[in-house]
Amino acid sequence: MLKVSSYPHISSETTTRKIMFIVIAALMPAFFGSIFFFGIRALIITLISIVSSFACEALCQAIRKKPITINDGSAILTGLLLAFNLPSCVPYWVPVVGAFFAIAVAKQVFGGLGYNIFNPALAGRAFLMASWPSIMTGKWVVPRLGTMSGIIYSLPVEMTSNATPLTALKDYSSVLGLPELLNAKSTIYSLFLGMRGGCLGETSCLLLLIGGIILISFRIIDFRIPLSYFLAVFSLTGILWLLGVTPVTPLFHILSGGLFLGAFFMATDYVTSPMTRKGRWIFGIGCGIITVLIRLWGGYPEGVSYSILLMNATTPLIDKFTRSRIFGY
Amino acid sequence: MKRYTFPGGIHPKENKSITEDKKITAIQPPDEIIVPLSQHTGSPSKPIVEKGSKVHIGTKIGEITGFISANIHSPVSGEVKKIDTHPHPSGGEILSVFITNDGKDEWENVSDRDIESISGGDIIEIVKEAGIVGLGGAAFPTHVKMSPPKGKQYDTLILNGSECEPYLTCDYRLMVERPEDILLGGRLIARTIGVKRCIIAIEENKPEAIRKMEKIVGRYDFEIITLITKYPEGAEKQLIWAITEEEVPTGGLPVDVGVCVQNVGTALAVYEAVKYNKPLIERAVTVTGAVKRPSNFKVRIGTPFKELIEKAGGYLGIPYKLISGGPMMGISQYTDDVPVVKGTTGILVFKEETNSLVRTACIKCGRCINVCPMNLMPTKILAYIESGDFSNAKELGVLDCMECGSCEYICPARRPIVHNIKLAKLRLRK
Repeated sequence: MLKVSSYPHISSETTTRKIMFIVIAALMPAFFGSIFFFGIRALIITLISIVSSFACEALCQAIRKKPITINDGSAILTGLLLAFNLPSCVPYWVPVVGAFFAIAVAKQVFGGLGYNIFNPALAGRAFLMASWPSIMTGKWVVPRLGTMSGIIYSLPVEMTSNATPLTALKDYSSVLGLPELLNAKSTIYSLFLGMRGGCLGETSCLLLLIGGIILISFRIIDFRIPLSYFLAVFSLTGILWLLGVTPVTPLFHILSGGLFLGAFFMATDYVTSPMTRKGRWIFGIGCGIITVLIRLWGGYPEGVSYSILLMNATTPLIDKFTRSRIFGY
Repeated sequence: MKRYTFPGGIHPKENKSITEDKKITAIQPPDEIIVPLSQHTGSPSKPIVEKGSKVHIGTKIGEITGFISANIHSPVSGEVKKIDTHPHPSGGEILSVFITNDGKDEWENVSDRDIESISGGDIIEIVKEAGIVGLGGAAFPTHVKMSPPKGKQYDTLILNGSECEPYLTCDYRLMVERPEDILLGGRLIARTIGVKRCIIAIEENKPEAIRKMEKIVGRYDFEIITLITKYPEGAEKQLIWAITEEEVPTGGLPVDVGVCVQNVGTALAVYEAVKYNKPLIERAVTVTGAVKRPSNFKVRIGTPFKELIEKAGGYLGIPYKLISGGPMMGISQYTDDVPVVKGTTGILVFKEETNSLVRTACIKCGRCINVCPMNLMPTKILAYIESGDFSNAKELGVLDCMECGSCEYICPARRPIVHNIKLAKLRLRK
C-alpha cells in the first residue's frame, strides 16, 4: 500500500516540541544560577511551579476532552518562567496558584497552545501581584555573595539593605549619595553577574544573556524583539538621564530588574508577540517605552512584566498593520 | 562574482549526490506504452488514431484542441491496442492511448535541417507541431510561451538550469552532457522571440555544469548567472526577480516584464525538434530514493513507472511513498502503473515517513511568513480557510500562492498549509 498525501513530502527538523525544549535548555544557566544565588528554595519553588503547570494543563485538557499534549513542553516552559518571576521566599502555595492561573485561565480558557492572547507566565505573575502584593514584593532574599541592592561598599542608609536595586531607586533616590552608589562600577558589575535581590530567575544578566545568545544563534527567537527592547530602554533612559529626570545611567536601567529575562524569554514568546519582522521592532520598542514609563512614573518600581502584557494585547493589531506587500502588487 | 537570489525560501537537504554522477542512459521502451492525452497545461488533445492504427515513432496521435494545448506523438512504433482511461501521475484517470510496441523503432520522418537559416515563424510552427511543453514540471505549451500577446515584447531569455527541487538531477545531467545543444536550442528560441539578452541561470550547487557552460557561453552569445542554492530558486517569478529585480505583476505573465523563461530540457527539445524534426517523445527522468540503483534515464513518454523502477534495480525494501517529481512539489502516487508524461522530472521512492508527523496548534512563530517567496502570511490564510472564510483568504492573497510548500516544510507545528490552500483555490475558482 502506497501512502498518498499532499506535498511537500519532507519537512524541517524543527518541531514545536524541539523549540520548547531548546528554550528550556537556554534557561538552564539562569536556573542553576538561581539555585546558586538563592539556595535550595529556588529549586523547590521551580519544581512546584513546573509540576503544577504540567498537572493543570493535563487536567484542563482532560476536562475539555481534548488530546493531552503535555509532552509538547509548553507547560513545563510556562512553569519554569513563572517560577523565574517569583521571589524565592514566597510560600509554597504561591507557585501552585500562579501556575493554575497561568495555565487554566490565561492559556486553556483561550483555547490552549497557540490561542492565548497574554503570556501565561506573566499573566500568572500579574494575578499574584494583584492578589498578594505584600507576598510578591514585600520580602526579598539577599543573594549569596551579594547584597540586596547590588551595592557592595559602605551603605549610607540601611534602607538599601532590604530594597532591590529598582526599589532602592524608586523609594530612596533622594537620599544623598545613593544614585552615585547605584551608578558605581561595582554595582553595575554585581547587577550584571546577578549578585542582587530580585525574582529568582531574573537577577543574573550574564546567565540570561548566554541563554539569549543560544536562542538567537539557534534561530529560535528573532533578535529584533530583544534588540529593539534594549535599544528603546537604553535610549529613552539615556535621554532622561541627560535631562536629569532619572538619576541613574541607562546602563543601570538595562541591567536592573527583569529586563534581560523579559527581553529574551518573555517578550519573544511566539504566540503572544507579532509574527512580522516589522511588527517585532514595533513590539520591542513599545515594551521598552512602557517599561521606562512605569519605572519612572508608575506605581511599581519595575515595569517589564506589565509592559509585555500590555504589548501582548496589541499584537493582533500590529500583525494586521505590518503585513508586507504581496509579491507582484 | 555577484550571487543572485530572491527574498525568502528554504534550504532543504539537497540529496542530489545520490544521482548527480549517474549518466543519462537510454532505456528500451517496454512492450506496451500508455500515452495520456493530457500531459500539459491547457485543454486535452483529441485522439486522431483508433484501435488497430499502425504508428511509428513520432506519428501524431493526439491533436491540439485549443489555444493552450499541445500535440502528442507516438513514442514507439507498433499498433494502437486501445484508447481508454488510465491513472495519470497528476491524479485522476485520463483518456490514454495504449500502444503495443513492435520493437522496430521505426521513425515517422527524420530530417537534418540547417538551423542557421530557419526563420522565427517556422521555429514556432515546428515547436507547436512537435508538441513541446515546458519540461521543468509545469508542462506549459512552449509555442504559446514563444508567441507573446499583442503589444507585448520579450527582451530577455532565461534558460532555467536552477533545478532547485531536492533529489532531482536530470537537468543537471543534461547541462553536463549536452551543453552545446541546450544553448543551440536557446539561440533558436531567442531568434524566435527576438531578444538581445540571453542568460543561462544555474544554482551554485552544480559547479560541474557551471564549468561546462562557462567554457562555451561566449560562443553562443549567452551570459551565465550563478544563483545561490535555495528553494524555490527555479520558480519563474522568483528566478526573474533574482536576475532582473523585476516583479511579475499579480495575475500577469513573465512577458509583462519582458522575460521569457525556458527550462534547459525544453531548450534541448526545441533544438532536436528544429534540427531533426523530432517531436517530444522522450525525456530525461531521475529515478531516486529507495531504489537499488538510483539513475538518470532517457525515457520514452508513456513508460509506466514500474518499468523504470525495475530498470533502477527495483524497490529497496517495501515502498512507502512513490512520488512523481521531487519531494517539495511532487505528487504521491497510489500505483506504479502510472506512465511517465512530458512533465515527469523524476520518480522518488521513500521507504519510510520523511515528515515529522507530530502536529500541534499553530504557535505563531512566523517562520512561514519569513520563508514565503510571495510575501504572503500562510498561517493567517490557513486560519481563514480552516474557519471556512474563503473571501478573507483571498484578501490575503491566497490566489497568488504558487504552492511551493516552503511554509509547510518549515512549519514546526506541521500545519497542512498547501493542502488547504489548494482547496481554497478550487473553491474560489468555482
